[in-house]
Amino acid sequence: MKFIDEYQDNKLAKGLAYKIAKRSTKTIRLMEFCGGHTHAILRYGIRQLVPQTVEMKSGPGCPVCVTATADLDKAIALAHLPDVIITTFGDMIRVPGSYSSLQQVKAEGADVRIVYSTIDAVEIAKSNPGKSVIFIGIGFETTAPTIAASILKAQQEKIENFHVLSLNKLTPPVMKVLLDSGEVKIDGIVCPGHVSVIIGSHPYEFIPTDYGVACVISGFEPLDILLCIDKLVEQIEKGEPKVEIAYPRGVKPEGNRKARQLMEDVFEIGEANWRGIGIVPQSGLKVRGKYERFDADRVFSVNPKPPREPKGCRCGDVIRGAATPVECQLFRKVCTPESPVGPCMVSSEGACAAYYQYGTLENS
Amino acid sequence: MDDSILLAHGSGGKLSHELVEKKFLPFLANPALNKLDDSAVFEASGRLAFTIDSYVINPIFFPGGDIGKLAVCGTVNDLAMNGARPLYLSLSAIIEEGFLISELEQIVQSIKKAVEEAEVSIIAGDTKVVNRGQADKLFITTSGIGIISPGVDISGANARVGDKVLLSGTIGDHGIVIMSQREGLRFAMTLESDCAPLNKLVSQLLETSSRIHCLRDPTRGGLATTLNELARQSKVGIVVEEAKIPVKEEVKAACELLGLDPIYVANEGKLVAIADPADADKILARMRQNSYGRDAAIIGEVTSEHPGKVVMKTKLGPSRIVDMLSGELLPRIC
Repeated sequence: MKFIDEYQDNKLAKGLAYKIAKRSTKTIRLMEFCGGHTHAILRYGIRQLVPQTVEMKSGPGCPVCVTATADLDKAIALAHLPDVIITTFGDMIRVPGSYSSLQQVKAEGADVRIVYSTIDAVEIAKSNPGKSVIFIGIGFETTAPTIAASILKAQQEKIENFHVLSLNKLTPPVMKVLLDSGEVKIDGIVCPGHVSVIIGSHPYEFIPTDYGVACVISGFEPLDILLCIDKLVEQIEKGEPKVEIAYPRGVKPEGNRKARQLMEDVFEIGEANWRGIGIVPQSGLKVRGKYERFDADRVFSVNPKPPREPKGCRCGDVIRGAATPVECQLFRKVCTPESPVGPCMVSSEGACAAYYQYGTLENS
Repeated sequence: MDDSILLAHGSGGKLSHELVEKKFLPFLANPALNKLDDSAVFEASGRLAFTIDSYVINPIFFPGGDIGKLAVCGTVNDLAMNGARPLYLSLSAIIEEGFLISELEQIVQSIKKAVEEAEVSIIAGDTKVVNRGQADKLFITTSGIGIISPGVDISGANARVGDKVLLSGTIGDHGIVIMSQREGLRFAMTLESDCAPLNKLVSQLLETSSRIHCLRDPTRGGLATTLNELARQSKVGIVVEEAKIPVKEEVKAACELLGLDPIYVANEGKLVAIADPADADKILARMRQNSYGRDAAIIGEVTSEHPGKVVMKTKLGPSRIVDMLSGELLPRIC
């Protein structure tokens, strides 16, 4: 299969890095929203390739990381209910909640299963008619259409024992919150690639217009990211912030209409609880009333104890870009991938895990 | 005999004997095993290597092999990685009630093929049957004994500054094949597991050079984990170049899709050799003559800097630390 090596070409990368260095005069700060980008940037050493004038910050784009402790506690409480099977994406089960984790309750006897796709969760429901199967729906606009599709499938096939705990979140509203807070000054955003495949480029238009911040949508290969950084630097140097797509093979300005229709049919927009940020209105997806029988929030009632955050954990700051993982006192000392304190160390898309895994001799 | 394994096959009675005599002995026959005594008796003198490993894999049949082949090759390779010539294995099978006898036959056939290729004998064995649900189809444990020729001293602690790091071929084949077969993640590909006995390759390498210091097969945890083990054991630094590590196109593509790094994906028929730089080219040439070393490459070297750590020069030029695999390999969500 082609189309991988071309985007990892050493000479082209050096050429782009040279172009960026030549272009860049101002000291600027860019935020890569998506954890997948953080991962690629550290894996290929892109920070070492770009000039020192360009500072890169990691943002909140890790589905597992932004899940609030209270929501995780709710999932754990659901796992304790009789005749319930919890289905979830893999990383979730290792995240410590306030008092336990899905992994812990699984070891204690709860039925918690890792699935790779929402459709697998529907299949589990189909083959376990005597049990209630709850899918823990996390992620951004990327995963939401597939979760919507699973609810529609369950409806079509009359699988009444399938439910979704919808913790899905929306990208542009949280970008607005971060920009409004002014906590971290950002000159440009490396916009998420996979999210933009679904939503297109238009939802980011308010960012250059209202905040004067440059926006370029990027793919996940090293050359994609370098091209994106080059475009961001160009916009910032010229003082002409706008929304650009540096990932045209994946993203169209209008996004994927069909996927959005699926989302809009099944979900309505409501508030969401973000780790490190708090309740953000209009930033979450709730199951619409017409599908209420599939909505775990409506069907099941649990009352987990008040949440508590792990002492010393700075995942919240890391998610907002207010701290880098190495600034957390627990990083590498107490908090490691083997015994993670916070979610950013658990998830393969988490900033702490990426810093841990792809450290350089200087920062380890 | 019925189509499936019954609890009675593990009772120690008639059916147990039938199982061993009809399903195992005819394929694995050798003088020591044929006696069916309580233990196998054999002659050996010199320095011996001894190892044991259990095999629990899902699915038990996969493109390029099955649990039987894996159980033989894994133990043979563990012996070979200490420079030992594998001689004898023991094999114990824990079978779940209801397991198809036809599948068991298939696995024993593949054990037979693997022991023939590796030129080892299984001289002791055991079977147990457990209730349905108490084991996942079939678990196999093998142990092995090998003999080390005088003068051969291979250990993970022997890497020296200046040594070259050689890799016998493409990485990630086995792990990606297994993932492609897993429930919920199934995807079609032409790739096969690299599962293979490497003892002959090792003996050819040892004939070629007396200056091979370390050998290790990068199984679970992948190349990255093995290099870290060697760096830690030898208290040296290792530097490798990402661009020199051979990876098949299919593996690259699957890794991109799943968000995995091939250096963490499992192999079952590859080895890492660390050797004196003066002999490195000679060893590489010999590796490439063996079909299991066809794609071999020199991927890096041993340094006095950053002892205990592995540094990789990425494809784009910058360097980063490569740590051991932590946790499980899981596909990305977004």
